[in-house]
Amino acid sequence: MMPLAFLGLFFAYPVATLVGRGFVTDGALDLGGFAEVLGAPRTWRVVWHTLSQAALGTVIAVVLGVPGAYVLYRRTFPGRRVVRALVAVPFVLPSVVVGVAFRALLAPSGPLGFLGLDRTFPAIVAALVFFNYGLVVRMVGTVWERLDPRTEQAARALGASPLRAALTVTLPALVPAIASAAALVFLFCATAFALVLVLGGSRYATVEVEIWLQTTQFLDLRTASVLSVVQLVVVGLALVVSGRARRGRERALALVESSRATAPLRLVRRDGQAASPLDVGAAAVTAAVVALVALPLATMLVRSLRHDGAWTLRHYANLATTGDRALTVSVWEATANSLRIAVDATVIAVVIGMTLALVLSRRPASRTGRRALGALDAVVMLPLGVSAVTVGFGFLIALDRPPLDLRSSLVLVPIAQAMVAIPLVVRAVLPVLRAIDPRLRQAAATLGAGAGRVLLTVDGPLVLRSLGLAVGFAFAVSLGEFGATSFLSRPDRPTLPVVIFRLLGRPGDGNYGMALAASVVLAVMVGAVMTTAERLRPLGSGEV
Amino acid sequence: MAEVRDGLRVRGAVVRYGSGAQGGRDAAVTTAVDGVDLDVAGGEVLALLGPSGCGKSSLLRAIAGLEPLSAGSVAWGEEPLTAVPTHRRGFGLMFQDGQLFPHRDVGRNVAYGLRGTRWGAPRPVRDERVTAMLELVGLAGYERRAVTTLSGGQAQRVALARSLAPSPRLLLLDEPLSSLDRRLREDLVGELGAVLRTAGTTALYVTHDHDEAFTVADRVGVMLEGRLVRVAKPDALRAAPATPEVAAFLGLPRAGSEPHRTTSDGGSRVTGSRHPGSARLRPRA
Repeated sequence: MMPLAFLGLFFAYPVATLVGRGFVTDGALDLGGFAEVLGAPRTWRVVWHTLSQAALGTVIAVVLGVPGAYVLYRRTFPGRRVVRALVAVPFVLPSVVVGVAFRALLAPSGPLGFLGLDRTFPAIVAALVFFNYGLVVRMVGTVWERLDPRTEQAARALGASPLRAALTVTLPALVPAIASAAALVFLFCATAFALVLVLGGSRYATVEVEIWLQTTQFLDLRTASVLSVVQLVVVGLALVVSGRARRGRERALALVESSRATAPLRLVRRDGQAASPLDVGAAAVTAAVVALVALPLATMLVRSLRHDGAWTLRHYANLATTGDRALTVSVWEATANSLRIAVDATVIAVVIGMTLALVLSRRPASRTGRRALGALDAVVMLPLGVSAVTVGFGFLIALDRPPLDLRSSLVLVPIAQAMVAIPLVVRAVLPVLRAIDPRLRQAAATLGAGAGRVLLTVDGPLVLRSLGLAVGFAFAVSLGEFGATSFLSRPDRPTLPVVIFRLLGRPGDGNYGMALAASVVLAVMVGAVMTTAERLRPLGSGEV
Repeated sequence: MAEVRDGLRVRGAVVRYGSGAQGGRDAAVTTAVDGVDLDVAGGEVLALLGPSGCGKSSLLRAIAGLEPLSAGSVAWGEEPLTAVPTHRRGFGLMFQDGQLFPHRDVGRNVAYGLRGTRWGAPRPVRDERVTAMLELVGLAGYERRAVTTLSGGQAQRVALARSLAPSPRLLLLDEPLSSLDRRLREDLVGELGAVLRTAGTTALYVTHDHDEAFTVADRVGVMLEGRLVRVAKPDALRAAPATPEVAAFLGLPRAGSEPHRTTSDGGSRVTGSRHPGSARLRPRA
């Protein structure tokens, strides 16, 4: 019950308050706000930007990601591990960092500045694809690498060309995985905030950015509330589609050990075997994408080390300062804040997330029990879709007055970040728990162990193995969290992403250089945490 | 039989795994098939018999073009096939576990390999052939059934119908019955032999089960440790296993190159493999 109360207090209550704010004025039901906001062309422009950016980003990420999944999971080649790691990097990067990296790449002075794409629609879509490509590759690839190759071979033996076999046999088997990945990517794209804010400003504002602008710039909370409801609808629809796709995924696939399903990449004629045109095509696409993934990161790193045309560490040295009239604290102080808050948020997220996962892993015998559990499952996943901005904004308006006034409290930021991290913790732990054979528990029970002892001696040790991953996820998410934190962090205790954003908004080459250096620092920290967590990942668990 | 004009001709086939595809520094190379010569005449059913891990499935997959040959050649009559991709060899392959396409119903599974256009045959032709094939395997009227609702035996019948539908010039069967329980296997093996003969198909049948091999095949080849050690008619094989290893594998009474009671061509007890129940004619000590 404790974790549910927590979810209710820090998720449902703020969101409900938010929705109420849109519907109710001075204690009376008033849909005037809706009519007004929904009648404004600006609103529809914002909605259109959100949907078109998300749709385009999703389609491109999937189209590029499927060949990537084939090359990186179905084929073997020297250096595959390195390329896989590289492709996974963007997804764990804080979105502020991704925004900074793309600005560095596309700014007029950047290596791709001649394209004139800085602060344009294509730039935002490219950044969204950059961000989510690795997710598609991973979600599709982990299914593909275990797909029984003999099904495709059966088609080939029946006279199907490699292309026909791929389109009529392999692709249908992958459709659920692809749909599932696409729905998730759409969700991430539709709720992208910092990325769009940094790359597009108000010109290409999405619903998220508009909520932020209305709240912090125009102080129009009613419009922001209505927009939050609009965002909830968009996200809700995406979640429904995603749920459908996941259910479809449960269709029995013929799966085998991945070592049996993979084969070397055939790019040239060797051992009397012709090069495979499919392999060559997929490898070419993937190589190009990997190069494009590496480019913004490399640019960011290089530019953080340069000043006035010379190599220098001065931007890093400046991190000990407050910049050129930009900040109230030094970047290192903000880093310390971030780390401290991340520890708190991680503890909260792991404790609550683990408890929820334990509850969700039960298989109740009764029908109502199963229903209730299904509902709980959906509720727990909601914060994943309900954007961080909505959470932050909800906290802002719900928890700033009696009965609860936490606005000036230091616990608000860690709690908000924990809310964002909990779904990821649950998703990391739940597959491990669900994979525990119930007969293992039954065996313990027949040996005389009570419920508590079963939990302690059977579930406990197995779950501990997934704890590393959960901690890593929570810590990395918290370190990079910007959406909710931007609403809630106190001016005297900003976090690293908040500081980076502030540095970007101030004029001066020195501030920009510091933003780049701070982004590199943040990227390295998150990367280190995720690498460690990956090491601890138990076999065959976790999807995100 | 020495002269094969129309039929499978395998010469010096070698299949290796874990080979130097990554640059040759990988030391863990296993040779699954080690220099096999094999002929299957048109219309003949040849069983490849051997214990698991002897390389018989690897040889089959190499013939289908699913496994690259490290050395040697595969040909049909005078037509070299070593460099021809799987789908242009005109061979069918039936897997141990059927490998039916789960997203297609029974009818569309059977129709998958029917040629005519690039992507399939015209509808009336296709439907007629599918009906005929399902009748042949005793599943008339199953066209619209989802493959996930089939029993193991039914699934293998559909897999057989699907393999036979395009009239392959050679049908390769990879332990097609070994995933079924014994009762069903014994029932199906006779039926399978009858279907193959009705269709007049040339077939290479891989199995580790003696009874199956002797029941279904015109000739039986015994494979041990990657080598084809003996090919003969079932009765001749039993009468003269040729080596102690073959005799031991066949479970014959006395291991020896000259079994104690033979000289003739196998005697009258085992006249052929076509009678149902002949599987039980294997002599026991």
